[in-house]
Amino acid sequence: NVKLMWRFMSRESCHSVAPHCSNQMKILASVPQFCNSPTMIVMVGLPARGKTYISKKLTRYLNWIGVPTKMFNVGQYRREAVKIYKNFEFFKPDNEEAMRIRKACAAAALKDVTAYFTKEQGQVAVFDATNTTRERRAIIISFAKEKGYKVFFVESICDDPEIIAENIRQVKFGSPDYVDRDIDEAMEDFIQRIDCYRASYMPIDDERDRKLSYIKIFDVGNRYLVNQVQDHIQSRIVYYLMNIHVTPRSIYLSRHGESELNLLGRIGGDSGLSPRGQKYANALATFIKGQNIRDLKVWTSHMKRTIQTAEALGVQYEQWKALNEIDAGVCEEMTYEEIQENYPEEFALRDQDKYRYRYPKGESYEDLVHRLEPVIMELERQENVLVICHQAIMRCLLAYFLDKPADELPYLRCPLHTVLKLTPIAYGCKVESFFLNIEAVNTHRERPVNVDINRNPEEALQTVPDHI
Amino acid sequence: MLDNEDFMLESSPRELTQNPLRKIWMPCKNGHIAQRRVCMTNCPTLIVTVGLPARGKTYISKKLTRYLNWIGVPTKEFNVGQYRRECLKIYKSFEFFRPDNEEGLKIRRQCAMAALNDVRQYLSVEGGQVAVFDATNTTRERRGTIIKFAEQNGFKVFFVESVCEDPDVIAQNIVQVKLGSPDYIHCNTEEAIEDFMKRIKCYESSYQPLDEVLDRDLSYIKIMDVGRRYLVNRVLDHIQSRIVYYLMNIHITPRSIYLCRHGESDLNIKGRIGGDSGLSARGTEFAKSLRKFIQDQNIKDLKVWTSQMKRTIQTAECLGVPYEQWKSLNEIDAGVCEEMMYEEIQEHYPLEFALRDQDKYRYRYPKGESYEDLVQRLEPVIMELERQENILVVCHQAVMRCLLAYFLDKTADELPYLKCPLHTVLKLTPMAYGCKVESVYLGVDAVNTHRDRPERM
Repeated sequence: NVKLMWRFMSRESCHSVAPHCSNQMKILASVPQFCNSPTMIVMVGLPARGKTYISKKLTRYLNWIGVPTKMFNVGQYRREAVKIYKNFEFFKPDNEEAMRIRKACAAAALKDVTAYFTKEQGQVAVFDATNTTRERRAIIISFAKEKGYKVFFVESICDDPEIIAENIRQVKFGSPDYVDRDIDEAMEDFIQRIDCYRASYMPIDDERDRKLSYIKIFDVGNRYLVNQVQDHIQSRIVYYLMNIHVTPRSIYLSRHGESELNLLGRIGGDSGLSPRGQKYANALATFIKGQNIRDLKVWTSHMKRTIQTAEALGVQYEQWKALNEIDAGVCEEMTYEEIQENYPEEFALRDQDKYRYRYPKGESYEDLVHRLEPVIMELERQENVLVICHQAIMRCLLAYFLDKPADELPYLRCPLHTVLKLTPIAYGCKVESFFLNIEAVNTHRERPVNVDINRNPEEALQTVPDHI
Repeated sequence: MLDNEDFMLESSPRELTQNPLRKIWMPCKNGHIAQRRVCMTNCPTLIVTVGLPARGKTYISKKLTRYLNWIGVPTKEFNVGQYRRECLKIYKSFEFFRPDNEEGLKIRRQCAMAALNDVRQYLSVEGGQVAVFDATNTTRERRGTIIKFAEQNGFKVFFVESVCEDPDVIAQNIVQVKLGSPDYIHCNTEEAIEDFMKRIKCYESSYQPLDEVLDRDLSYIKIMDVGRRYLVNRVLDHIQSRIVYYLMNIHITPRSIYLCRHGESDLNIKGRIGGDSGLSARGTEFAKSLRKFIQDQNIKDLKVWTSQMKRTIQTAECLGVPYEQWKSLNEIDAGVCEEMMYEEIQEHYPLEFALRDQDKYRYRYPKGESYEDLVQRLEPVIMELERQENILVVCHQAVMRCLLAYFLDKTADELPYLKCPLHTVLKLTPMAYGCKVESVYLGVDAVNTHRDRPERM
């Protein structure tokens, strides 16, 4: 069905269509065209330099923007091979038995990388290990060359003892390696572990490695050295890495207060706040004041309801068009009942694949992610921020911070009158949810059981929330 | 940013009105909101180039200025060489630049001061956001003067140093931009090259590149070997981050960018705007002519991009090569006016129609977009175009106007009236400091969709 195929190709710059297949509209590549050969991102650095932090964050970001990415942490493989970690002696450079195991683990991880690329359509693999010797890196380069993978190194260099200590506190104490140790023991052991690597550490060399593609990150982002960026995805990775920081801060996400159209069960539009919505705006102001946040930035969309909500805060706010609610095209301002009546097939298609489904003359969640990417980039740069937005928008942003996959994203719960406080911690994000005690309609529609286009209206409308 | 002490709890909210032109909601009384997409800079930024002659400083300055202006950041470049030419009138020889030429040094210092004065005028009085100070700035002393000047005036400083020792690149540089310079207008090629090489030598002995240790508190990017390698230090804010990203994506490999619209569409013939119709018979003719044209151009590794609208895809289909679809290249969304004729818009929305003619760049269709919105959504396309080499973009009238304005440095005022007729391919080839444009009409008739700026408002 050509008409449907047209609209399903909603991901920008990613579908290369072979003209001779135009009758069937066969899509050659269903992944972003900006990575032709798979890419291996290879971390380099002494322990406690943030390699795993960077690996996880980068993986989360790339998956969110639609580049299938997976992380391979060699330490994990070692824990599976060695079951019980005794102490740092395992990492001593003269421990031949251990060396054998560690080499085998790296090889096993590389094997899984190949499987990911060839069998699971992965595009990017993040190889998270110390990779501190030229020898080890040469093995990886040679492996990649043989298979036709591109390689991009990310080296983290840091000699600030405070940063390293903080690092160890944040992520190492909770590691399975130290689960039965007390803090001082763990700290001491880990420091000796780092020393085991130090003697043989050969950083990427500006001269000898000038043909390699890499970024060197110094002192948690104070300085960067970027060499031989080969393609679009590497350029995006560099830009991302240069924008993230580790300064503690919180991100507050909230929807606008309940709107007039919300009350009527109508989607989209540009209506103002209902009386309860206005109450919420005032409650939000009280809440924010109570949080005692330093230098809070407030962002809204260009739509009346978010701006009215922000107005109640009495502080400066910035309007972003990119934060506007998903465009429901021909379905704007309809109720779900009206959509079922006028566009039953569209309604069913949406339930079949809510992430990729694009409203006629409107947008899809996938389109939203694309237009929110600059917002995410700026959120990474910022410190304390309150984002007042909309249901679909908030789902996309939340999915980024909480690493939710595309099929869960459109069903994340983002109820009205509830503030989510996200605080980055260790490798992830702590979430605190605050319902500000002002009643509001429920706008969350679960996926119905029957998503077939031939279903009857009752089945389609089974999960529609109540409204006037 | 306001902290808690400045919090005011409003018991009655301010009324909002929607600006009729831009469709932006604002409080009725004079409020303090930022209407821009994002406040890029709180204080103005001074970008300072650093490097020996013929290292691409002016090329970078002009390109960066063009990009920043296009994305809506008022930027101006200040080339100290220009000031020197105005002061000196006649350039005799490299001897002017000798480090022991006291008279020369005095004049050069004065010129730099005059330029800085104009920078202050632009950033503090005229509302500029970014000033690009284009000079060699090769000594720590000179840079110290600039830093002090910036501190006194509340400007942030970001250095862009270009380091290159490849003699081929430098020679190519000299041939492309120095031989045509006013300084060498009366010299033949050999004389000019010889003099310029000696000029470079005058700077070499006193050149103090930005130092990793001594200059560790400065914000800068060091570009090495035309982009093979970059050193980035202390990026302070959003605009500096965007500048770094841009500089890391541009290249100087020769290539051409082909821009054209889809073939004439059924709605074009009916005089209706927007929509998602297919090609007319003549539109299909054009697509076939386009195929022949492209083949005859013999382009190496051509990439083809389209929007996600039927008419551009149908056009690309005729080319017989793979193409990529970008939603960002979709035509401007005319909102409630989609698929209307101008006469119908005049009849149903006369006020909107008038507002659009008042400020076509900022005017946003109700439930639609403005040219200003288009530029924002096209920015990633421009970034990727910078990374690419030979490329054909099959798009739409408003979109093509935006892209063209970027390449040809057209202002927001001119942009919505740029002529982009159907069935005409524009071939853009970067050259020296700008872009050569060749317009090729492929000989297939089509309706005219261009509406000039009306005289009477």
